[in-house]
Amino acid sequence: MRSPLRLERRLEQPKWLNWAIPLFSLVAALILGAIVLRLTGKNPVDVYQRIFERGFAGKRVFSDSLVSATPLAFTGLCAAVAFRMGLINVGGEGQLYMGSLGATWVGITFDDVPTGLMIVLMAAAGMLCGGLYAGIVGLLRARFGTNEIITSLMMNYLAGILLTYLVYNSFSYWRDPVSGNFPSPRAITQRAEWNTYTVFGVDLPIAFVMAIAMGFAVWFLYKRTRFGFEVGVIADSPKAARYAGIRTSSTIILVMGLSGAMAGLGGAADVGNFRRYMDPKGLELSGYGYTGIVVAALARLNPVAAVFVALLMGGLNNAGYSLRGPDFPSGLVGTLQGLILFTAVAGEILIKYRIRSNSRRSEVVTA
Amino acid sequence: MNSNIFIIIISSAIFYGTPLFFAALGGIFTERSGVLNLGVEGTMLIGAVAGAWGSQHVGGSSWMTITMAIVIGMAAGGLLSTLLAFLCITLKVNQTVAGLAVTIFAGAVGLSSYFAKIWGVSESPVTRQIRKFDVLGLADTPIVGPILFNQNILTYLSWVLCVTSSIYLFRSRFGLHLRAVGESPATADAMGINVARYRYLHTIFGGALAGVGGVFYSLAIVPNWVDGMTAGAGWIAIALVIFGFWRPSLTLLGAYLFGALQSLGSTLKARNVSVNGDLLNALPFFMTIVVLVLVSSRFAHRRLGAPAALGIPYEREER
Repeated sequence: MRSPLRLERRLEQPKWLNWAIPLFSLVAALILGAIVLRLTGKNPVDVYQRIFERGFAGKRVFSDSLVSATPLAFTGLCAAVAFRMGLINVGGEGQLYMGSLGATWVGITFDDVPTGLMIVLMAAAGMLCGGLYAGIVGLLRARFGTNEIITSLMMNYLAGILLTYLVYNSFSYWRDPVSGNFPSPRAITQRAEWNTYTVFGVDLPIAFVMAIAMGFAVWFLYKRTRFGFEVGVIADSPKAARYAGIRTSSTIILVMGLSGAMAGLGGAADVGNFRRYMDPKGLELSGYGYTGIVVAALARLNPVAAVFVALLMGGLNNAGYSLRGPDFPSGLVGTLQGLILFTAVAGEILIKYRIRSNSRRSEVVTA
Repeated sequence: MNSNIFIIIISSAIFYGTPLFFAALGGIFTERSGVLNLGVEGTMLIGAVAGAWGSQHVGGSSWMTITMAIVIGMAAGGLLSTLLAFLCITLKVNQTVAGLAVTIFAGAVGLSSYFAKIWGVSESPVTRQIRKFDVLGLADTPIVGPILFNQNILTYLSWVLCVTSSIYLFRSRFGLHLRAVGESPATADAMGINVARYRYLHTIFGGALAGVGGVFYSLAIVPNWVDGMTAGAGWIAIALVIFGFWRPSLTLLGAYLFGALQSLGSTLKARNVSVNGDLLNALPFFMTIVVLVLVSSRFAHRRLGAPAALGIPYEREER
């Protein structure tokens, strides 16, 4: 049996595919989602319309979506930074938790520092904690060749357990001392709250501006520096990189650390701009780290694009929260995001191959 | 004597290890064919929710209901893996990302949770459970009784599967072909083996086994539906495949080791031994990392059984 279609390798890759394919993937995911909704007895048009209204339409709604989008921009960068070198860091979730832990510590401890400096300190603490936590994974990979996918994932669970322990099952620094038998997390000082600006009636958190800056910084690092070039060589061929004298091991650790630092900064942003405390349950429900993978894949690992794709996913998440109820089950948003990842990864093949019909070819041959 | 703490630990290690073994055995079949399935966690959850639904909706005798629930769980796992197989084998996409997509799509906040809500699985308790039963009346035998003769049907089935799949993999023509496909698909293709067919069948069967692992959670361990109830078991199963050097027998031992770690908390708590619960919860995840580091050291590398073509799509050279 021959399949009616076959894949033929492209000799060159047209530039317009770079934006056409993600767009195509998104549309395809919406169509597949509509099929799932239809099969489960829902009206897809109605569902999509409500997602649009609650996720994207209007200044108020868009401000809320920015809140959901900001950590996703950072976890998207986290995934993009590592995936570009072929390092599958799926530990963005745990690295974000650790960033939240570090930033909260700073936010509670320093109470006589001006807000501007405070933001820098919290961001630095978040990046450091996330980066070091991911660095462990990088070290194990570089030193022993341990599969980074599983270790980074296991460390998500470990970070989650650590945060739960600190807030709910111990009398740690992160637990509110006045919350007696009903443990709750301890809030950062008022001075440690990050700024939010109002631009055209939309609340723009400073962390989102940081995310855009980081997106460009990563783009510059990967496209315009020697380090970025070396990362590219390792991604294409680790063997060639070693022959060329590139220090593969230390690059792996550095890239992992940078990737984790992005997620850690997301954790700091989550505390500073929005939550104001380290919230194990809230973070776990949000699943920023996993959605970050979807963001990076749809952005085709382009760091600048990732920040803007995060807006899309953030809107979807936000709509999911505000619509959650008996006729909008919470699993729906995750399902849609999974479908987007499916179509994004399937779309990648259109960059490398073109689809040709088998029958037409045989006709030509016989003619 | 029969309530000796060590006997309880061993017998619950087998109980908790069984779903890990089912999922890991599925992983062995899938990976031996050269396909990497990182969607095990999501596949287990889909199996779990489908099995729970089946136990609530299929009537008849208890045995009938349980059998049908397991079959439905298998079918759901197999169906989800068909999607993965299509992406990885026919479309030749990046297998790592495709697997992650399966887990995000079907995972704790994805399709499994959605199905649970719209089918009302989480609203009513699971009434028909997979219960332990006394085989040949030997459960009261000292020491071996509670360990070997007081388990549930899926545990017995897993022992049968462990033996038959070892024979299949290493003593049968199909197993030989399968390993050839995983090691060197081009050679297998030249031998006239249909690479795509082998990969499809084993990926789907692997997913079906992961589905059984999920059913074990929703009908035996918990037993009920809770969003994200497998809590990382799928990922531990993927690590177990590596830990067991892609061999069913070693993987069975590994699964029981991790089963022991998972069950330690509840066993000790029942015995009023006070231990830090968070520390116990962290233990399986921490040990997974330790074990992975150990098997990836150079010493172990020599005897690793990793299929050479694992994760690489097969493309027949044209002309």
